[in-house]
Amino acid sequence: MLRPRIIPCLLVKNGGLVKTVSFSSPKYVGDPLNAVRIFNEKEVDEILVVDIDATVLGREPDYSMIKNLAAECRMPLCYGGGVKSVEQIERIVSLGVEKVALSSVLTQNGKLVADAAKRVGSQSIVAVMDVRKSGASNTYEIYTHNGKQSTGCQPGMFARRIEELGAGEVVINSIDRDGLMKGYDLDLVSQVRKATTLPLTVLGGAGSLKDIASLIESYGIIGAAAGSLFVFKGVYRAVLINYPKRAEKDVLVDEARQKHL
Amino acid sequence: MISIVNYGLGNIQAIANIYKRLGVPVQIASNEEELAEARRIILPGVGSFDWAMTRLNQSGMRERLENLVTAEGRPVLGICVGMQMMAKRSDEGEAPGLGWIDADVRRFDEASFTQQTRLPHMGWNDVRPQQTGGLFAGLETDARFYFLHSYYFAPRSADDVLAVTDYNGEYASSVCHDNVFGVQFHPEKSHQWGIQLLKNFSEL
Repeated sequence: MLRPRIIPCLLVKNGGLVKTVSFSSPKYVGDPLNAVRIFNEKEVDEILVVDIDATVLGREPDYSMIKNLAAECRMPLCYGGGVKSVEQIERIVSLGVEKVALSSVLTQNGKLVADAAKRVGSQSIVAVMDVRKSGASNTYEIYTHNGKQSTGCQPGMFARRIEELGAGEVVINSIDRDGLMKGYDLDLVSQVRKATTLPLTVLGGAGSLKDIASLIESYGIIGAAAGSLFVFKGVYRAVLINYPKRAEKDVLVDEARQKHL
Repeated sequence: MISIVNYGLGNIQAIANIYKRLGVPVQIASNEEELAEARRIILPGVGSFDWAMTRLNQSGMRERLENLVTAEGRPVLGICVGMQMMAKRSDEGEAPGLGWIDADVRRFDEASFTQQTRLPHMGWNDVRPQQTGGLFAGLETDARFYFLHSYYFAPRSADDVLAVTDYNGEYASSVCHDNVFGVQFHPEKSHQWGIQLLKNFSEL
C-alpha cells in the first residue's frame, strides 16, 4: 500500500538553514548537512531543500552543496532554488538528486517542463507554487521571488497546465500560512486537487502532527510537508530537529487513512 | 568488491556511502579500465529511458559491462532506470535496451486507475518477496521502499519475478534472471530496508 509522505522542508540562505514566517524574518536554525544526518537517523520519508537566495540574487544553484546533500541523504531529496534551464536540471539529477523543483521559471517558460521531462523523466520534475490570497476579491494567486512578485496566475489552472506539460508533482506552498503553525490551508489544497491528478505535496502552516493527520484524512495519499514543525520545539520555538518515530507515524497514517476511506 | 557503474546518472555517492559504512569494499567505475575487474556490479539510474541508454552508450563502458554480465556471469543489480535498461525495450523511448532479461518496460495504464493520484508512482510502498533469502533476506515481512516512476518492468516469464508491489494491481518491483537482478525502487534512499538489501547483494 502506497503511503502518504511526511516531508521536512529545509530553507537554505547564505549556506545555512533558516526558517521564515510569511516568507520574511529568516531565523538561523543550523547547518544543512548536519540536519540531513539527523533526519537520516529519524528515517524521514523524503526531504525538500530550497535555496531561497538563488533566484532572488540571480545566481546558479550551489552544486557543491547539492552534491554533498545528495550523498548524505539516505532518503529521497528534492532540490529547488535558482533552476532555470534543462542543463541545470540535468546537472542536478546527475549529482544524485531524485527530484528538481521549479518555481519562478514556470510562469515565464512553461515549455521548460516538457523539455526537461524528455531528459530526466516527468517523475523528477516538481512544480512549486507559492500562493497567497490577494486583491479585492481575496483570491489565490501565485507569487515568485520569495513572495514578492505577483504573476496573475491562479493555482488550479496553473497546476492543470503544468500537468499537461509533463511535471510529475505539484508542491503547494501557502505564503499566508508559512511559519504560523496554525494548520494547512485546506481550501487552497481542494482547489488544486480538483484541477490535477498529479501527486500533491502541501507546505505552509503545519503546527502539529494533528494538522498532518487532518490533511491525510481529507486527501488520502498526499505529501504533508513542514518546516517549523520539524525544526522548532515548544512555545519558545527552541531549535530542535524532530520527527515522529516510525511506530507513531504508522499509527497516525493508518488512522487518518481509515477516516479518509 | 562492489563496482558502481558511473555513466553520469543515479545516486552513485549515496550507494557508495552505504557500502563504506557497512565496511564493504566499493569502487566507482567511470571507464572501461576501472570496470575491468568488477566482481559485483551496480547499475544505478535516474532519468528517462533513452537518456540513460545514451549516457551508458557514451560512457565507453557498455561493451565491457555486457561482457562481464552475459559472458562472465558477474552478479549485477540494476536500480530504477538501471533496472529498466535491462529489458529489451521501453514505452518511454525508442532506444533498444540491454536485453539481459526478456521483458518490456511499460507505462502504467492511467485509464484504469480508480484512485485520485495516478502517476508517477511516488513514495513509500510495500514490497513482497516471492521467495525467502537471497536479495530479500531479512526483508520477508514489512519491507518498504521508496518508489519514483511512471513505467514498470514487465518480464515475459513469471519465473523472473523476485518481488511484487501493489499499485493499481500487482507488478514486478524486483526481478532476477540468473546473475541479473533489478529493483524498481531506490534502495539507496530507503533507510534500513535499503541498506539491508544492498548488504544482501554484496553477500550473494
